Amino acid sequence: MKKKLALMLAAGMTMASVMGCGGSGDAAPAAADTETEAPAAADTETEAEAPADTAAADTEAEAPAASGEMIKVGIINNDPNESGYRTANDADLKATFCAENGYDASFAYSLKNEEQINAAQQFIQDGVDYLLLSAADTSGWDSVLQDAQANGVRVILFDRTIDADPSLYEASIVSDMRAEGDKAVEWMKSQNLDEYNIIHIQGVMGSAAQIGRSDALTETAAAEGWNIIVSQTANWNAEEAQQIVQSVIDSGESFNVIYAENDNMAQGAVAALDAAGITHGVDGDVKILGFDTNKFALEELLAGNWNYDGQCNPFQSSYIDDIIKTLESGGTISEKTIIMDEKGFDAETITQEDVDTYGI
Amino acid sequence: MQNKNKSGIGAFFGRLVRQQYFIPLTALVLLALFNLIADPAFFKISITTNSAGNAVLAGTPITILDYGSELAILAIGMTLVTAASKGQDISVGAAVAIAGSFILRMLCGGDSSSNTLHMPIICAFLLGCVVAMLFGAFNGVLVAFFKIQPMIATLILYTAGRSIAAWFNNNELPIIKDAAFSYIGGFIPGVPIPTPFFIAVICVIVITLVLKFTNLRLYTEAVGINENSARLNGLNPAAIKILSFVILGLCVAVVGLIKVSRVSSINYSVIAKDIEMDAILAVALGGNSLSGGKFNMATSIMGAYIIQFLTQTLYKYKVPSEALPAYKAVVVILLVVMSAPTVREYLSNLVKKAKVKEAA
Repeated sequence: MKKKLALMLAAGMTMASVMGCGGSGDAAPAAADTETEAPAAADTETEAEAPADTAAADTEAEAPAASGEMIKVGIINNDPNESGYRTANDADLKATFCAENGYDASFAYSLKNEEQINAAQQFIQDGVDYLLLSAADTSGWDSVLQDAQANGVRVILFDRTIDADPSLYEASIVSDMRAEGDKAVEWMKSQNLDEYNIIHIQGVMGSAAQIGRSDALTETAAAEGWNIIVSQTANWNAEEAQQIVQSVIDSGESFNVIYAENDNMAQGAVAALDAAGITHGVDGDVKILGFDTNKFALEELLAGNWNYDGQCNPFQSSYIDDIIKTLESGGTISEKTIIMDEKGFDAETITQEDVDTYGI
Repeated sequence: MQNKNKSGIGAFFGRLVRQQYFIPLTALVLLALFNLIADPAFFKISITTNSAGNAVLAGTPITILDYGSELAILAIGMTLVTAASKGQDISVGAAVAIAGSFILRMLCGGDSSSNTLHMPIICAFLLGCVVAMLFGAFNGVLVAFFKIQPMIATLILYTAGRSIAAWFNNNELPIIKDAAFSYIGGFIPGVPIPTPFFIAVICVIVITLVLKFTNLRLYTEAVGINENSARLNGLNPAAIKILSFVILGLCVAVVGLIKVSRVSSINYSVIAKDIEMDAILAVALGGNSLSGGKFNMATSIMGAYIIQFLTQTLYKYKVPSEALPAYKAVVVILLVVMSAPTVREYLSNLVKKAKVKEAA
């Protein structure tokens, strides 16, 4: 038994090393071999990507040879599985920053700030021309961005801002989460309800989306004398939101607005209402507000089950592309912070066309 | 006569303190007492009509039974894995995502917003079971044959699992619009008790029968206590360990089904997030040694419901989002310290001393 195992292991290891050699051999002849084998775990991702990238580059190099060298970009994003927003965002970036458009892009994903910082350092060492960054957390980026500047790597922030000196990055293309929240709260105000008893379901504490959308609500609620019954984080998670709303229903307190900071949580909240037989939506007792304009959310709006959904525009890549083109041709960026155009949808005015255009 | 009686009580307490169910029972009584004193309405159960028009039971105790059931099912598998492999499986949450995603993929047949089911729910569920058990077996093989520490071995799936789950559905968020599918995580028409509780009861009955009529308990404990002597007695420790992981896989598939049914959808990165920690905690709360050997299934299951009890209590008293984990941690520390063998010995000594004093 043990012998068999040992044999299998040995076979597996030789296989792996052969494949490793093959891969790196394709990418760079012989020289890199000894290095690539040692830090196996850390390198697997880049190794796996390398042959594909170079293969793509090879075929591309012949076609648009006129445009010269490819622009090397390192893109640090949150995990594309995080939400529909992120999936759309990642797909948009991948579609723009491809070999056909003259980009040699590498991607790194993490929901953790420190892992993202590591990835950024890796990209800087790899000598990328541009570092595109959607930071998991707003703080802790100063030193790595200084490194980038020292190494001539230009940084463009997208989707999320960070607490760092603006001189450390070229531009930031962001959604103004606060404006999104304000728009939703403004809509709530326009409903002229007799009283506002609000269940506030928050995203992951400390994220820009949570802070912006929460502040908009809490400040207006204080000013208008609205009653926030409960303010609790569901970590963007539908089932946690369901439990929170369930616990309010169990406690017997009455409420007429649910302000969920993303669509998934609104979905969970509605599931709890359905279980308790509480009506919601256009003709219901409880107003439902969500964010991110997921397709399913807009369909719920269209069906009148929810009331409002705020857009968080995930399509930044064309803006970034423009900026890089400007910088490459020696131009300057007039405005450092570019705020994306975002909409809010009301269940009473939304059309099928809106669902198809803005649903993600 | 009186003396004898008193010492009888003392002896009773002494015995009680040493019992395994002392810790979970104390925790339960304390939580229940706290809620009873603070607000007796906590225990109120009423009948409401849900949006499907069924009369259902509602109230915090029902909510605890409802949401605690998932954890209870996982605690069954986790107890076996802990007992046999002297370690814990930390990939449970990711595996739930895999199983849930696979079940949805089977049901919607690759069309992310289909209105019809592509196969009966039971078929999708059974296929989901097979997939989850295969992933369980993968963990089991790493632990049993390659002798990797369970926590390290399962770290692989912990890291990769959610991406695998997303990959099953091309990173789309499928939504099932079939009413029957929502019964699993909600209510079956005409039955006022949440379905997840029934499912948990079935799982508990099955595992009780299995432990009663097969040698699973004996073999698992033998392997957990001393692998070598188990082998010398003709057992195959590797097979027993793999079996425990496969059983956990089955539990994971059941939980995956309940989770995706609750909101008829999935969010890969947050579904069942950190549930593995709660499952491990349930085992620890049940007074089971986390280093394997003898186990008590009933106390683990009690532990699971206590954790949910605690969660609902914290929601009920509107502990602010930022502080929620801290409150939970304090309670956990108390419980774990209380269940530590040294503390328990001290307690039983204290009782003994009191008894001696009384006798004197």
